[in-house]
Parts: sequence; C-alpha cells; structure tokens
Amino acid sequence: MTMTVELQAPAAAATPQTASRPWLTRLARPLLGLLLPLSLALAWELAVRAGWSNGRLVPPPSKVFTTIAELAQSGELTRHITMTLSRVGIGFGLGVAAGTLLGGICGYWGLARRLVDPTIQALRAIPSIAWVPLFILWLGIFETSKVALIAVGVFFPVYLGLTGAILSVDRKIVEVGRVFRLSGPAMIRRILLPAVLPAYVVALRVGLGLGWMFVVAAEFMGASEGLGYLLIDGQQLGKPAQIVAAIVIFAIIGKATDWLLEIATAPLLRWQDSFARQSGAA
Amino acid sequence: MLQLASVTKVYPNGVHALERFSSEIQLGEIIAIIGGSGCGKSTLLRAIAGLDRASAGTVTLDGEAISAPHAKVGIIFQEPRLLPWLSVADNIGFGLSELPAAERRERVAKALARVGLADKAKVWPRELSGGQAQRVAIARALVAQPEVLLLDEPFSALDAFTRKDLQDHLLDLWADTRPTLVLVTHDVEEAVVLADRVLVMRPHPGRLFEEITINLSRPRDRNAPLFEQFKRHVLTALDRSLDRTVPDTQGRREPGGGLWW
Repeated sequence: MTMTVELQAPAAAATPQTASRPWLTRLARPLLGLLLPLSLALAWELAVRAGWSNGRLVPPPSKVFTTIAELAQSGELTRHITMTLSRVGIGFGLGVAAGTLLGGICGYWGLARRLVDPTIQALRAIPSIAWVPLFILWLGIFETSKVALIAVGVFFPVYLGLTGAILSVDRKIVEVGRVFRLSGPAMIRRILLPAVLPAYVVALRVGLGLGWMFVVAAEFMGASEGLGYLLIDGQQLGKPAQIVAAIVIFAIIGKATDWLLEIATAPLLRWQDSFARQSGAA
Repeated sequence: MLQLASVTKVYPNGVHALERFSSEIQLGEIIAIIGGSGCGKSTLLRAIAGLDRASAGTVTLDGEAISAPHAKVGIIFQEPRLLPWLSVADNIGFGLSELPAAERRERVAKALARVGLADKAKVWPRELSGGQAQRVAIARALVAQPEVLLLDEPFSALDAFTRKDLQDHLLDLWADTRPTLVLVTHDVEEAVVLADRVLVMRPHPGRLFEEITINLSRPRDRNAPLFEQFKRHVLTALDRSLDRTVPDTQGRREPGGGLWW
C-alpha cells in the first residue's frame, strides 16, 4: 500500500508542472536563442564605450541603430526597402510560376520529363550568377535583368521540389484514388495536390531564400536604389554602419517574409501539425 | 454472382503469377483464399478489383466484365491507406463525393458509429492506432455499399488481440448488408473463422489446389473440436500444396502425373 502511495505522489506533483510547461517553453525558446547575439552585441557596445576599440570598422550596435533611424527619418529606408521587396516579389512570382508550371508538367507527364528535364538539370549546373553578363546584354541594366536573375534563382528549387514531390507520391495512395474511380483531374485535385503540398511549401521557402540571395547579387550590378545599393554605397563611401544596417534589415525582412509564407501555408498543412507539435513538446 | 473464368496473369517480367483460375462465387458468400507466398492470391484479388488486368480469362460480376475498378467492388488493403490530409470523417466520405452533402454526412456518421469510432470523426488519421485506422478503412469501403468486398490480408499487420476483435467485427458488419467477401489471408484460423469456403492455392504458377467448404454455423466457437478439425484440414491442404511431389487435385495435371491422391 505504501508503495503505491509513494509512487503516486511524485506523479501528482509533476502534473501541474507539465501543464504550465508549454507556456514556458513557448516563451523561453526564442529568448534562449536571442541570448547569445544580444550578449555579444552588448559586449561589443561596452568594449567600444570603454575605449578598448574605436569601433570604426565594426560599428557598435548603437551606431547601427542611429544609422537605421536616420535612414528611416529621411524616408530613404522605405524607398530602398520597397524597391528591394518589389524586385524579390516580382522575381519570386515569376520563378514560382515557371517552376510550378514546368515542375508540374514534368512530374506528372513522363514524356515531358524525359524531353525537358535533362536540359533543365544541365542549366541548373550553371551557377546562376554566371548569367548576369548575358542578362545585362539581353535585358539591359535596369529592372528586367535584375528580376530575371532572381526568377532564375527561385525557379530551380521550386521546379526540383515539385517534380521530386510528384514522383514520390505514394503509389498506394494513388491506388485508393483508382479504386474510387477518380477521373484524371479529380485524381490531381484530390490526391496528387494535397500529397505534394508539404514538399511544395518547403520548395517555396527554399526558393524565397534564394530570391533574397539573388536580389543582393542583382543590386550589386549597378542599382541606384535598394538594400543591395546601400551595401555597395556603404562600402564605397566607407560607412560600415550603413553596411551592417543593411545586413540587419535584410535579415529581418528575409525572416519576416519566410515567416509570412509559413503562416499563409499553415492552414493547408494542419494535418501534419499534430506530429510536429508532439515531437516539439518532447 | 462473381465469376472467374480461367483468369491468368503473366507479368511483363515473365513471372507466371496466376494460371487459369476458375471459380464461381455467389452473392453474400465469404471466400478465403489462402496459400504460400507467390501463389498469386494478391494477383487474383487485384484482377477482381480491376486494378490489374488479367493476361487471359475474364472476371465478370453479374454478367458484366470487370477490367477497371468498379462501383460495386470495394477493396481493403493490408495497410489502411487513409489519406493523411483528410479527417477520419472525410476519409470515410471520400468515395461519396457525388452524393449531396447532407446525405454524405449522414452516411459517414452512421458508418463511423457502426465501427465504433463516432468520437474520432474530426481526428487526423495519424492520431489513430493501427486497429482504429483499419476500422476506418473498413468503414470507407463499406459506406459505398459494395456488392463485393475484397480484403487483402487486412488484419495481418495487427496484434493478435486486435486481429481477433476486427475479425468478429467484420462478420458483424457483413451481416448488415451481406455483401460477397473475398479475403486473402495467410492465417488459417482467420480463414476458418470467417469463410464459407476456403480456396487453397499453390505457387509457381499460382493456381487453385483445393477447395474446402466450412459448413459451421455462425458465430463460430474458435475452441470447438469441429473448428479445430477444419483448421487441421486447411493446414494439411496447405502443407500438401507446398509439397512439390503432390500433384494438382484440380485444373491441369502434369504430364504423366494423372493420378488422384
């Protein structure tokens, strides 16, 4: 009897603790992640304040923030951000459209895949930046060539992700569709599309990441606006604070767009959630 | 009536999976197909389901040849094969998309209650246990009210207790509308507990070896001496079917081997 009482007591005591834990972990996890960068920034700030370093090449956080504030006040920051965002937006849109269309066709239709896929794979082997001179010759030095470069960067992960996902759809699940005598379009809509969606969303997120990478490259090749221009400008005029400010903004916006994409697709992937939540809590 | 006439299947890679299989199955009959691996039992089932076409011979249901999946034929696989992105209720209603929403909901709710999972309607398949998932698969097949229900080793992935439970449950469900059941299994007890007739097949190429009628009334007592006797009978037939020295008792005999055993 005493045994059971002893065994039950700690279990009962542990219950309220585990109940409050999701709250705690939800809050503590991001804070834990922020600890290292924040303390490093603080340490550097103190080092510069104490005069151990002049902080000219590596500006202290306070200087970076004043630079951002100044840029924001003059309205320049909005202009640069809008420009970069619209380039990424249009390039991403075009890349996703092309990648989805070709990826869908090649994934679904074997003949198209055998016809087109080898060429795309060969093109993929070319580092995308290598297209820059050609794009400038073909499309001029203004917006078109920049958007084209971003679109090329986005295209490949989306194309690859989608064809791969379609090819790996479980034959057994497709057979369920056959048993219920789904027509071709119904099979696509009710079986293939939902089966492919998780991998497609991952491909979109990879594509978006590459879009952000390529917008910098695109803005390096002679832009007069945009966050990439701020980088080049800061380098040429010797303003490291401006460079770091641009990098910080890139990081924030890049993460924010990725997060938006994740939020937007979350309702479609709710069925995977239960598993993620379970393993996340463990 | 389901008629199988000299159904033969040779796969493109030359494997002779099924050789001139013939049988007649009455509406409402429960047939168990049993045999060693490679005896073509799954091939036969897929031919009846219309998932794979036979190389020769015909499958006819009520006089209508089956060459593609048919509305009157349902199938339950070894795995539940639920669609992970649909709730349990939507999985069951998957094949009813042509019905008006209200009727579909009603039939799904009834089917869910019938398999004892009414409280799981809104749950995702991944949250179900193996036995529960297979119940959902059974409900999904039965809600379409098939005339013939095919089962491809439906309980073999489950633990012994759940398996027994689902076997009884299947009989219960069968009694509702009395469809024809064709069950592929490698479990002798399962065959004897469920079937009116057990078809023992032998491999290389897959063909019918012996047919055993189980004339026991239902519900069947698994511990009754007669039940044991039928089990032993099927087991003996199974052993003989795998013994290459024993000639076929049905169909084509080897040249010179025209002896009855």
